[in-house]
Amino acid sequence: MVDVAIIGGGPAGIAAALTLKARGVRHVAILERESVLGGVPRHCGHPPFGLREFKRLLTGPSYARRLAAAAEAAGVKILLRHSVTALKPGGRLEVATPEGLVTLNARRVLLATGAREAPRSARLVGGDRPLGVLNTGALQAYVHLHGLVPFTSPVVVGTELVGLSALATCRSHGIHPVAVVEAGSRAVARWPLGLFPRLLRIPTYYNAGIDEIIGHGRVEAVRLRDGREIACDGVLLTGRFLPEASLARLSHLAVDGRSGGPEVDQYGRCSDDAYFAAGNLLRPIETAGWSFREGGAIADYVADDLAGGLPAAGDEITLVAGEGVKFVVPQRLSRVAPLRGKLQLRVERPISGQLRVSSEEAVLYKRRISTRPERRILVELGEMKPPGEAKRLLVEIVS
Amino acid sequence: MYDVVVVGGGVVGCAVARRFVLEGAKVALLEKGADILSGASKGNSAILHTGFDAPTGSLELACMQAGYAEYMDIRARLRLPVLETGAVVAAWNEEELAKLPGIVQTAHANGVTDVRQIAPDEVLAREPRLSPHVLGGVLVPHEHVIDPWSAPLAYALQALVNGGEVRRNTVVLSGHFANGMWRLETNTGTVECTTVINCAGLYGDILDQRLTGEENFAIKPRKGQFVVFDKAAARHLRTILLPVPTERTKGIVITPTAFGNLLVGPTAEEQDSRDHAAVDEETLRMLVDKAVELVPSLEGMGVTAVYAGVRPATERKEYRVRHETARNYIVLGGIRSTGLTAALGLARHAWKLYARMHERLTNPIWPQAPRLAEHCPRDWQTPGYGEIVCHCEMVTQREIEVTLTGPLPAQDYNGLKRRTRAGMGRCQGFYCNARVAEMTAGRFANPLAVGGTHG
Ligand SMILES: Cc1cc2nc3c(=O)[nH]c(=O)nc-3n(C[C@H](O)[C@H](O)[C@H](O)COP(=O)(O)OP(=O)(O)OC[C@H]3O[C@@H](n4cnc5c(N)ncnc54)[C@H](O)[C@@H]3O)c2cc1C
Ligand SMILES: Cc1cc2nc3c(=O)[nH]c(=O)nc-3n(C[C@H](O)[C@H](O)[C@H](O)COP(=O)(O)OP(=O)(O)OC[C@H]3O[C@@H](n4cnc5c(N)ncnc54)[C@H](O)[C@@H]3O)c2cc1C
Repeated sequence: MVDVAIIGGGPAGIAAALTLKARGVRHVAILERESVLGGVPRHCGHPPFGLREFKRLLTGPSYARRLAAAAEAAGVKILLRHSVTALKPGGRLEVATPEGLVTLNARRVLLATGAREAPRSARLVGGDRPLGVLNTGALQAYVHLHGLVPFTSPVVVGTELVGLSALATCRSHGIHPVAVVEAGSRAVARWPLGLFPRLLRIPTYYNAGIDEIIGHGRVEAVRLRDGREIACDGVLLTGRFLPEASLARLSHLAVDGRSGGPEVDQYGRCSDDAYFAAGNLLRPIETAGWSFREGGAIADYVADDLAGGLPAAGDEITLVAGEGVKFVVPQRLSRVAPLRGKLQLRVERPISGQLRVSSEEAVLYKRRISTRPERRILVELGEMKPPGEAKRLLVEIVS
Repeated sequence: MYDVVVVGGGVVGCAVARRFVLEGAKVALLEKGADILSGASKGNSAILHTGFDAPTGSLELACMQAGYAEYMDIRARLRLPVLETGAVVAAWNEEELAKLPGIVQTAHANGVTDVRQIAPDEVLAREPRLSPHVLGGVLVPHEHVIDPWSAPLAYALQALVNGGEVRRNTVVLSGHFANGMWRLETNTGTVECTTVINCAGLYGDILDQRLTGEENFAIKPRKGQFVVFDKAAARHLRTILLPVPTERTKGIVITPTAFGNLLVGPTAEEQDSRDHAAVDEETLRMLVDKAVELVPSLEGMGVTAVYAGVRPATERKEYRVRHETARNYIVLGGIRSTGLTAALGLARHAWKLYARMHERLTNPIWPQAPRLAEHCPRDWQTPGYGEIVCHCEMVTQREIEVTLTGPLPAQDYNGLKRRTRAGMGRCQGFYCNARVAEMTAGRFANPLAVGGTHG
């Protein structure tokens, strides 16, 4: 029996472990399925990482090493090659280890399993199915973890912020993208991505998508929707992040179809109150620094809860993502006054209008926004006073 | 000098090679691909059919039922799974409903006597997530699901470990029969044998023509696309959901897979290419919509994989099986859409046609198929596996190493996937593809990595 089992040793999980130790929680264990701690930053061989946590500009791998060293120094029990295979009610975990299957009981469990990019299949991209179609994360693992290169002249799909990582990774490893393809009419990420392909002299096609991947054995070309064919030896699919939530999905926990992550309240507490969640598992997608802080903040609530200091779950207000809103996290609010923390939202399409939180007829919060998909949108819960009987709050953008 | 050369390492060729080796013949299996299962057999629905809807009295029905029976008989010894799902043929309109009694009648005529019509309540009691618009169904209790790759692999392995030869990257280009002997010309030299069995699937007609000089049948490739839903979908349907068939096709099926997913497909699209198994977005969306229409709770369900297979259909419905005794030549052609089930039965049929005697193996070796089925014990549940390489499908380092070094090792990434499931899960290699590239470096003619970062 441990006090807190943390599933996932990325920035969110490690930050949570550090906070719990700092709060005096005795038995804190991180269960990490890989052989090395650190999560996704292990293979992000570029800055910026660590500005908030270590007050230094680090690359992903050195940031990951520092996190791992901090966890070790704090006396966190680090269980590598431990794959959690099932979540059971009340904090019972089934875990696969190279020494055999074990069951682990924890007073509280924190899920911090992160997020990943959507693969080709989930995007329903047509054509042949040759080698050379990868996500950014996989490309980075090739070059940074194994010293290998999966292609030399790929077409890059997507212009979210991670597209910048993709281009930087290519550039520093002798890979020359032949084109950037974006479905929208402009780059999703803010400057500098809009400019970056141009700086690298890579032709960029907006309002474009891949109709067909062509190639026997390996990628030979792609055909765009406008019929244009581009010769290439790979397709690099960037962005379109999805929470790595299959554990939660296959368990008794409620999962939000919109965020793709487990449903939580403002303390990060799941539908089974022995479980909490933090980091990019909650929503696609935030930076490592954000995930780190979030892991720490939610761990504080876990420590409160272990000490009996968290309001009991049960009396809750449901948040509903309305018009224009892709998701709202948290999905529930434990009824306390005053409310603390923030709502995180994203939009489905470029939109301008009034962001509104309302209960029946009463508008509790409003502000004008003009925003685009993937941009972070926050609403201070402290600015809202839901009426005592409110059961649900509607979050919408009225144009 | 072989007694028998089997041309084609699809499921049919693998089963035939196994049968003839067990019967004591000296056998070589020649496959043009880098690995077995490079043709029609690489992508199918993985259903072990009872034959309830096959043409009564046909060779196809006889081979399916013999194949089914032998699979059930040998599967434990080869460690092959069966997922006992049963099937329901569901009627969604009055016209389909009117056809159900006929389906039951055919089933009974085919000896599948446990098939019966059931009322909509019983359909829904069995599958509560099905759309309530269902008007009725036919229950086929023994229609089951198997692992489409381990089965043929186990057949080929059993041929191999009992003295048969399996040569990959070997294309039969032409052949000449004289004085009771065949001389086959291949890209790697001449192969001599007494009897040739053509199991060339999508190329069966071309090989037939090259060997006999005649045009006996023509392959009309028919593609089927599929969408595989995430593992979370498996709890939405436990039974194979079949449509009421039309003249042309068995129609679109939703079925559990042995790997713990849910599958929707296949389409039936005529095309010229025998190799090109491309998918297209519009069709894939149609399949997803179809699945959601019939099982509404699948709305929003994640997609794990998409693929397509090509059926070796011909200008006629039936199997194109022919035995030329004067030339010691057997062709098992046009095994269109039931070959996974019928393969072992076809192999027995070929053995009967062959009608020679050899000294039967008295104590054959039974190799063990990889542990791929989700409802059976998996490798990761046994200690000492090293590390998990593919987290989505829980594939171990030990499994991958065995696959690369054991008998009939994987020679390309697809072969590795079919033997281990690595990279076939929801992330499609986001987490493991680079590690697999490292583990397979230097082993595949078409490698995952094209070079090193310092090269
Ligand atoms: C290609 C790419 C580039 C990026 N570039 C930047 C950047 O430049 N700057 C930046 O700030 N952020 C960047 N990010 C985002 C950043 O990596 C993530 O925000 C951060 O890693 C999220 O932390 P996390 O702890 O939530 O999840 P992760 O880092 O994903 O960690 C989750 C951990 O959980 C483990 N795990 C999952 N399931 C299980 C299980 N069942 N059992 C045991 N362990 C499990 C995983 O192995 C993993 O180690 C990038 C992300 C990607 C993919
Ligand atoms: C979409 C779809 C769904 C299906 N669903 C089911 C199902 O649920 N249940 C079921 O029982 N069946 C099903 N089937 C049918 C089954 O997959 C086929 O009947 C079976 O795969 C045919 O196998 P084969 O060995 O005859 O042909 P193939 O698999 O095509 O094998 C022929 C092999 O010969 C090789 N070859 C060709 N020419 C040469 C040459 N000259 N020299 C050397 N080698 C050569 C090829 O490379 C190939 O590997 C389905 C098929 C499809 C396409």
